[in-house]
Amino acid sequence: MVELALPKNSRIRTGKTWPKPEGAKNVRKFMVYRWTPDDGENPRVDTYFLDMDKCGPMVLDALIKIKNEIDPTLTFRRSCREGICGSCAMNIDGRNHLACIYGLDEIKGDVKIYPLPHMPVVRDLVPDLTLFYAQHASIMPWLETKTNAPQKEWRQSIEDRKKLDGLYECVMCASCSTACPSYWWNQDRYLGPAALLHAYRWIIDSRDEATGERLDDLEDPFKLYRCHTIMNCAETCPKGLNPAKAIAEIKKMMVQRTI
Amino acid sequence: MADMNPQGRPLSPHLQVYRLPLNAYMSIIGQRVTGVAMAASMILLAWYFLALAIGPEAFATAEAVLTSWFGILALGLSVIGLWLHYFNGIRHLIWDTGSYFGGKAVQRSAYIGLAATAVMVVLTIIAA
Repeated sequence: MVELALPKNSRIRTGKTWPKPEGAKNVRKFMVYRWTPDDGENPRVDTYFLDMDKCGPMVLDALIKIKNEIDPTLTFRRSCREGICGSCAMNIDGRNHLACIYGLDEIKGDVKIYPLPHMPVVRDLVPDLTLFYAQHASIMPWLETKTNAPQKEWRQSIEDRKKLDGLYECVMCASCSTACPSYWWNQDRYLGPAALLHAYRWIIDSRDEATGERLDDLEDPFKLYRCHTIMNCAETCPKGLNPAKAIAEIKKMMVQRTI
Repeated sequence: MADMNPQGRPLSPHLQVYRLPLNAYMSIIGQRVTGVAMAASMILLAWYFLALAIGPEAFATAEAVLTSWFGILALGLSVIGLWLHYFNGIRHLIWDTGSYFGGKAVQRSAYIGLAATAVMVVLTIIAA
C-alpha cells in the first residue's frame, strides 16, 4: 500500500551535534541516521565533523573513523571493503550505494547517510533484510535438473555462459530493491528487482531444466508485474547491473510462451 | 505491513531522503499523473458532446465553461498530458521489447520524449 509519509514511530528528529575536531583545516560535515531500540525514542540524525586530511577516501572509511574516534555506538554492517560482500549498502547522498566503493569525492557538500529506504530498522544503519532473503530463496536460486547428473560437471557452451554475464555478478546488497517505489509500496507481494534478476539468471541458464516451473511461479499480478520500469534499480546498482532489463526479459518470455 | 514488522521497528525514510532520477519523474508524472488526469478530462469532453446533443442552451453553457479561464487551463493541461503520456507510452512499448535499457539510453529517450512533447504541444495550440 502506498503510504507517502512515515509512520509516527519513524519520524526523524534532530539529533546530537558532535564537536568539531580541533586544529583541523579540512573539515567535512556528516549527517547520519541513528536509532536504537533501547530508549523508546524516535530515530534522529546526528551531525559529526571529520578532519578530511586524516580520513580515507571512501564513505566507509569515514563511518569507521566516526565509530573509532567519535562515537563507538554508531552501528553499521561492513565486511570486505571492496564491493564484493554487499554488506555496507546504505542510502548515501539520496541514492543507494555500497559505502566501501563509493568515494567521498563523488558527493557534493555535506554527506547524508541513511539506512536502505523503506525497511524496518534494526539499529542505526542496519536494516532488517529477512523478507529480502526469503524472496531470494523463493525463486529457487540453484540449478534445477531432471536428467541424471553427468559423470563430471554440467557442461555449458561459451555462448550460453555469456548469457549469465551481467547477472551472476549480483552481490545481493539490496540497493536495487530498496530503491524501487513498487517495492516500497508492495514488498509483501512484489519480489523486487534483486530477486527477479536472480530468477532470470536461472531461467536463462542453459543447464537448468525447470524453466517452465520458474515462469509459472512468477506468473502473478504482483510477484513480477508490479515492475513498472521506473528503473531506479538500474540507476542505483553499485555493480552497474540492470535488473530492469532482466525483468523485461522475463516479461517477454511470459508472452512468448503463450504464442 | 504490521505483520511484516512484528518487533515494531521504525521504517527507514524513503521518499523523504531518496533523490529520484529523471526517469522516476517521467514514470510518476508522464505515466501515472497524466493517465489519471486524462480520465478526468474525458469526463469534461463527454459532457461537452452530451451538451451538443441536448440542445443549444446546454451547449451554450458548456461552451461558456470551456472558453472560461478554467476551461482553457483544463484543455491546455490536457494537451500537455496527452502528448506526454503518448510519447512516454512509446518509450514503454520499446522497453517491452527488451531494448533501450541502460542509464544513458533511458536518459536520452526521456529527453527525446520531453522535447517531442514540447514540439507537439506548440503545434497543437497553433493548429487550434
